[in-house]
Amino acid sequence: MSDLAYSIVTRDLSLWYGEFQALRSVSFKARNGLITALIGPSGCGKTTLLRCFNRVNERYGNVTTTGEIRLLGKNIYDEDVSLIELRKSVGMVFQRPNPLPLTVYENIVFGLHIHSPARLNASALDEAVEQALTDVGLWMDLKDKQKSKATSLSLDQQQKLCIARLLPLKPEIILMDEPCSALDVEATRQVEELMLELAGRYTIIIVTHNMAQAKRVSHECAFMLMGELIEHSRTEDLFIRPLDKRTAEYIEGRFG
Amino acid sequence: MFEATDQTRRKQRQESAIKYLLTTMTVIIVLPLLLIIFYLFYKAAPILSLEFLLENPIHGMRSGGIWAPLLGTIYLVLISLLIATPVGIFAAIYLNEYSRESWMTRVINLAVVNLAGVPSIVHALFGLGAFVLFAGIGRSILAASLTLAIMTLPVIIASTKEALAAVPHSFREACWNVGATRWQTIRNVVLPNSISGILTGVILQVSRAAGETAPVMFTGAVFFKAIQTGDPFAYGLLDQCMALSMHLFTISTQVPDVPDALTYGTAVVLLGVVLLFNALAILLRIKLRGKKKW
Repeated sequence: MSDLAYSIVTRDLSLWYGEFQALRSVSFKARNGLITALIGPSGCGKTTLLRCFNRVNERYGNVTTTGEIRLLGKNIYDEDVSLIELRKSVGMVFQRPNPLPLTVYENIVFGLHIHSPARLNASALDEAVEQALTDVGLWMDLKDKQKSKATSLSLDQQQKLCIARLLPLKPEIILMDEPCSALDVEATRQVEELMLELAGRYTIIIVTHNMAQAKRVSHECAFMLMGELIEHSRTEDLFIRPLDKRTAEYIEGRFG
Repeated sequence: MFEATDQTRRKQRQESAIKYLLTTMTVIIVLPLLLIIFYLFYKAAPILSLEFLLENPIHGMRSGGIWAPLLGTIYLVLISLLIATPVGIFAAIYLNEYSRESWMTRVINLAVVNLAGVPSIVHALFGLGAFVLFAGIGRSILAASLTLAIMTLPVIIASTKEALAAVPHSFREACWNVGATRWQTIRNVVLPNSISGILTGVILQVSRAAGETAPVMFTGAVFFKAIQTGDPFAYGLLDQCMALSMHLFTISTQVPDVPDALTYGTAVVLLGVVLLFNALAILLRIKLRGKKKW
């Protein structure tokens, strides 16, 4: 972990999909090692903001970005930034688990394989797999199933595997885009527990529609509306004493 | 309770009528195929033997075998595929995975679709002009294979693109988000999961390449040419050759008094070559599909 106070700092970040402005001069800071939740109604730009942090937005066609994004102190739009290295340090978890159509083992070592020029030694890989599966609490369940297809696991195991897949690359930041929306209550609880365990070692940003989830898992919370960052504070404060009227209305469920 | 009303009965009658109609249509499409195959084999039966395959035509093509045209067709099909497959697959990968939506790519995609609809005789004329005369290759196996390759390319590109597009987008996202380059994504995830579809597209072109007469007639196939029997390397790249499709045309329309069995035998062998290639492809697909699961 780096020792900066903030892992992610954006300044005046605006983003357009073609003519449509999805982010309006967002200045956002995420504290190092904490879980920050992005909440807001559908279409408010929270997923777009999340996808800015590993510049994966650029893969989706006609996107224009202005402003500044600093990750761990480094402007990620600098000339010398390699997207490959950036995405290695900034992992992402999606709404629907998206394991690759490979075995459990291959899924976890996939990142290591694509980032190392030579063949890796088998015992180091075995160790990395065990470590990653242990970190996400799947080792007991899957240690004898490492050679089975990842796509044959239950959804919550798949989602945890998708998190485990990031860990061997030693990311600094993990982005989660509604990671529990495809999961049932029990699986959601497990993934939330896992997030709390991972906090401290990684900076986690989670986009969620579920206010209760934001309350349960996040240390800080940011409310967005129509592409703007309305309010960002400690989660307790935001839910108990929101400063902005729109935040108050949203968390009370008057719109959403 | 639960008795059929008049309306229900009407619906049931309609349902069974539709079912019979659909079944009949299905039989109608299968029947001609079976008839063709049966008729061909029936007429060709007296002549079919290993010698028929391995001997050159003799007596002004009124007897003997079909070794020279058979080998010629195999050469043409293999070489044209050797050229068209890598070009087509890589072009399709570029169009589907790398290129962004722009007027250029729209023009290219449009060109591919339209090229697929160009009649083979036009390809033949193009091959004659471009490869035989302009490039100075001369009438040869190489020129004919290039012409066949140009003819099969657009369809290979189109079918490969389709196979690539069928790979779920989430697999690509998963790769990008651990920092895989586009090529690593394609190599490790997209290709292994689309290879069976790609092969199907390629294989369907075998039958076109083997069956087309005009393109090879203009660019490299000859009326008659005897070659060393039993030698699979009897043709050189710049030699002219015989081809089954053209041989069939010749003996059925240009040479008088050819025994029926010889003509039908040639047709059976042409069909056999195509089916053999298809069978090989199906085996390859089954083998590769074992790896694909999601």
